[in-house]
Amino acid sequence: MTDNKLINLVNITKSFGDNIVLDDLNLYIRENEFVTLLGPSGCGKTTTLRIIGGFENPDKGQVIFEGKDITKTAPNERQVNTVFQKYALFNHLTVAENIAFGLKIKKKSKEYIKDKIKYALKLVNLDGFENRMPDSLSGGQQQRIAIARAIVNEPKVLLLDEPLGALDLKLRQDMQYELIRLKNELGITFVYVTHDQEEALTMSDTIVVMNQGYIQQIGTPEDIYNEPQNAFVADFIGESNIIPSIMVEDRLVNILGANFACVDAGFGHNKPVDVVIRPEDIDLVKPEEGIIKGMVTSLLFKGVHYEMEVQAHGYDWLVHSTDLVPVGSEVGIRVDPFNIQIMNKPESEDEEAVELEI
Amino acid sequence: MKIRNALNVKTPKPPSQKNEGSSLGIRNVKWLSFPYILWMVGFIIIPLIVILYYGLTTDDKSFTLDNIGAILHPINLKALRIALEQSLISTLICLLLAYPLAMILSKSKMKSNSFIVMIIILPMWMNFLLRTIAWQNLLERTGIINIVLKFFGLPILNIINTPKAIILGMVYNFLPFMVLPIYNVLIKIDKDIINAARDLGANSVQTFLKIILPLSLPGVVSGITMVFVPSLTTFVISNILGGSKIVLIGNVIEQQFRIGNWHIGSGLSLVLMIFILISMAVLSKYDKESEGSGLW
Repeated sequence: MTDNKLINLVNITKSFGDNIVLDDLNLYIRENEFVTLLGPSGCGKTTTLRIIGGFENPDKGQVIFEGKDITKTAPNERQVNTVFQKYALFNHLTVAENIAFGLKIKKKSKEYIKDKIKYALKLVNLDGFENRMPDSLSGGQQQRIAIARAIVNEPKVLLLDEPLGALDLKLRQDMQYELIRLKNELGITFVYVTHDQEEALTMSDTIVVMNQGYIQQIGTPEDIYNEPQNAFVADFIGESNIIPSIMVEDRLVNILGANFACVDAGFGHNKPVDVVIRPEDIDLVKPEEGIIKGMVTSLLFKGVHYEMEVQAHGYDWLVHSTDLVPVGSEVGIRVDPFNIQIMNKPESEDEEAVELEI
Repeated sequence: MKIRNALNVKTPKPPSQKNEGSSLGIRNVKWLSFPYILWMVGFIIIPLIVILYYGLTTDDKSFTLDNIGAILHPINLKALRIALEQSLISTLICLLLAYPLAMILSKSKMKSNSFIVMIIILPMWMNFLLRTIAWQNLLERTGIINIVLKFFGLPILNIINTPKAIILGMVYNFLPFMVLPIYNVLIKIDKDIINAARDLGANSVQTFLKIILPLSLPGVVSGITMVFVPSLTTFVISNILGGSKIVLIGNVIEQQFRIGNWHIGSGLSLVLMIFILISMAVLSKYDKESEGSGLW
């Protein structure tokens, strides 16, 4: 990854009818970066990708590619290729013809095309599939053909629109490794759209969390996970306890009536804030050693860890621990200062935590 | 919200469940096809056998191929040739008119799409015979079109009782049968397939020639069949719009039945059927998936 800004989206606004999908979005993507646009459906991530690909025109704003304005450039004249959500393979053509499509348009020589097909199929681990028809392949294979078809054109950017969405869990995990490998072998920029936070955390150099047409946070997976900037991000990425609290002074926060040491400063005195504590960051100790006391109200075995709920000071704390604490036990709760993340209260609807619809 | 969601459509329906449902359904309602089978045997299979019988026998019930050989009679041969010519031309005109129309319809995002489709089908709500007679009145030497033309001092149209009038009648009557299957196939082409072609560098002409056209072939084939077959066999349109001057093979067959010569009529019908079967066999090569015929 270099510091060269390859793609720059400037003040992009897009609406469909009365519905504003993107509102004054600004985002740059660096050369050789794996960027993931992450968010719930309807957050504008796919629209952003389609604007980069040229399939949608923004109402306002510019798309800058290598310093040139390509806002009005047709998709076939952009140096990007797309892997579509439902593969969008040409079912009337063989696998080889699918892969050769872009190269034939560019009038490459027959030998060149043949070599490229071979190379691409090898790259996606589908040697010998040249003469198969796309609809005779499994979902995972079709997806890999779609990737092969895009990368033979040697794009500077590969756009991927939820490419693993239709695959089952095991295949999805395998494909994540494949994509990371491909990215490293090809050395090109990937812009990846997903609603799956795990995919985003696993593969990305940079994650762009979006909601309701606004970018909520841009950062490395570690940043996004450990230091969410608002309740939406905290809630959307992983599980978390989001507790309304009072910032007493710098490095001291009052959570549910008890004072906890923390590492954040600059929020002012006695200011209402939201506190994010990841369930795995909560230490359950003997009642007298805890900062606050509570009682375990539920216990679930999750494989890697136990998931517990601890009722303390009127809040159900979600706790992940490898140690079993039986239901009904009195426990103390401790949290290390650097595991407490302080956030300002949401200022707009899109920054709020999402209510789970069950 | 709707549109935003539409961009992220994810509806992986469990296919197993769906299949179970339908196979279960089919098993339970199989007997419902019984009335239709009965109908088919009574009004399609048996008449076909009767035609086959009459076509291959003489008055004294002995076997003969003369009825089929009757096609070689110069008058009949000429009627067949004209019928083939006329139906091919009208099929071609229908195709040239219908494809762009279907394309525009399938692309338009208007909510009134079903309304436009309805307008195309609307003429079919009126009796076929009435519509053709209406055209006869329009085209007549003293018909409405010529009255209007005369009023503006323009040369009058002289196409009634010519092959042109027959082709006009065929195109008018059978155009919807070409539009609908093509439209039906075109709307089923995923927008992202077209986007993918554009993405891979194809301009709009290349996208049309390499992707849209091949993918819409089943609809085209289906449309051609739906127009060519009735055009080839029609005798009503040629009777009404061609006067008695232009005799198509359909007219010959009709006349034979009218004068009571069921044997020759059946024999010629068989020849026509063979022509249709051959053309369908040729077309079906392009129609492996038989898509687009779903409408019928």
